[in-house]
Amino acid sequence: MSWLTEPLEYPFMQRALMEVVIIGVLCGLVGCFVVLRGLAFIGDALAHAVFPGVVLSYVAGRSILFGAFIFGSLTALGIGILSRSRRVSEDSAIGVIFAAFFALGVVILSRQGGFRQDLGSLLFGNILGVSTTDVWVTLVVALIVGGILLGLLKEFTLTAFDPTMARSAGYPVFALDLLLLLLVSATIVVSLQTVGNILILALVVTPPAAARLLTDRLSHMMMASVGLAVFSGVAGLFISYHAATAAGATIVLTATGVFLVCVVLAPTHGLLATSRARRRGRHHAHHFHTNEEIEVS
Amino acid sequence: MVVGLIGPNGSGKSTLLKAIAGVHTPSAGSIRLGGKPIRESASHVAFVPQREEVNWDFPVTARDVVLMGRYRSVGWLRWPGREDRRRADEALARLGLEGMGDRHISQFSGGQQQRVFLARAMVQDPELVLLDEPFTGIDVKNREVFHGAIQDFARAGISVLIATHDLAEVQATMDMVMCLNRRMVAFGPTAETFTPGNLRTTFGGQVAVFEAAS
Repeated sequence: MSWLTEPLEYPFMQRALMEVVIIGVLCGLVGCFVVLRGLAFIGDALAHAVFPGVVLSYVAGRSILFGAFIFGSLTALGIGILSRSRRVSEDSAIGVIFAAFFALGVVILSRQGGFRQDLGSLLFGNILGVSTTDVWVTLVVALIVGGILLGLLKEFTLTAFDPTMARSAGYPVFALDLLLLLLVSATIVVSLQTVGNILILALVVTPPAAARLLTDRLSHMMMASVGLAVFSGVAGLFISYHAATAAGATIVLTATGVFLVCVVLAPTHGLLATSRARRRGRHHAHHFHTNEEIEVS
Repeated sequence: MVVGLIGPNGSGKSTLLKAIAGVHTPSAGSIRLGGKPIRESASHVAFVPQREEVNWDFPVTARDVVLMGRYRSVGWLRWPGREDRRRADEALARLGLEGMGDRHISQFSGGQQQRVFLARAMVQDPELVLLDEPFTGIDVKNREVFHGAIQDFARAGISVLIATHDLAEVQATMDMVMCLNRRMVAFGPTAETFTPGNLRTTFGGQVAVFEAAS
């Protein structure tokens, strides 16, 4: 029991725990649409593109969320508009622009002293260093983003499943797509402090991908995704405390572990279930064959 | 009334349907339904897209898909209620999918999936139903249920516009036919319009017309 209670005697661990739970709920929800719409690459690009914003507000002594939100929103709008004019290959354009943004952030940071240490905490997150204000900001953002996502769930579902019908029913599909990108962007930005630029995508993609294996219904997938994300966050945090490992990376590895378990054990989509079904199929075929032989003889 | 829309690939069948559905904006001219611009009556047009335009991996059941047809009348920030679910199940039953509402959409055969989409069009309470290539990969049994549903629409005074490659289907089951090849070649009652001459003009050399010897 002290394994669980002892770390929580430290205020920084209490804050980290709250942060990780809020982030888990948010990433679990929003991540479902990242996975279902195939936005993983765009999400990764977003995480890199906000880096100059993070660095600039860090250098200016402001909360890193401030600059990140501005860059994140601009990038989300940029991607939305880019994907509409199909003149440039979307993938390449995103690749080019975001590598450039990321490099810009590194260059700005390298002009400052204490470069290596700063770079480390910005790239890999600093969950143990979150302030009470950070937790509050995260909570407010999570409530807004979560509220919008759940409030427009039926519209987001329709545009994701059948965009043609959505447009013919008179829904503003482009605006909804843009809004979804903004929600993803906001999610990534507030989660940056937890696991950093490089690993954030794992938190947004891994739990919902695991949840998708468990169920064929969106509502169940969202609940499972939130549950797995929160579990990975909390478990990862405690493991990192006791094993003295980097918190963000440990959380990501825990989520990966959960995902692998789901890949193997999931009821209908898992490896075990599909191989069992295949074996059963073979048995049936075999039985059928022998019956026929009996009839013939 | 059931209208068949025929023409070779690239003749603009799909484009015309999508313009009527409000998916594409016409570069010139205007589209009116019952005297009103089509944008204002968007919710009265039910569009059944081609198979490739739908995300089949999305975690939705057959009932969820049919309920999408109710979204517009339910309105923003609200959820379909019991009455909407009852109508969805009723529509599924009408299309021979009774009790299958909880199955994931990818677990149905191609023909059954088309029927789910037709059920969705049904609960939209449309004035006009647009079907884009609905007969692709459909077997005889599915085709019968399909025809029954289309006749239901026609009897209820709902117009059905079907873009298709299936000329035999058009000749056998549709009241009117529109021949399209980047412009309208002919339009009228099937008996008068479905003629060797019009087909040759529409399809050029791509169709062989065998005239009955009678």
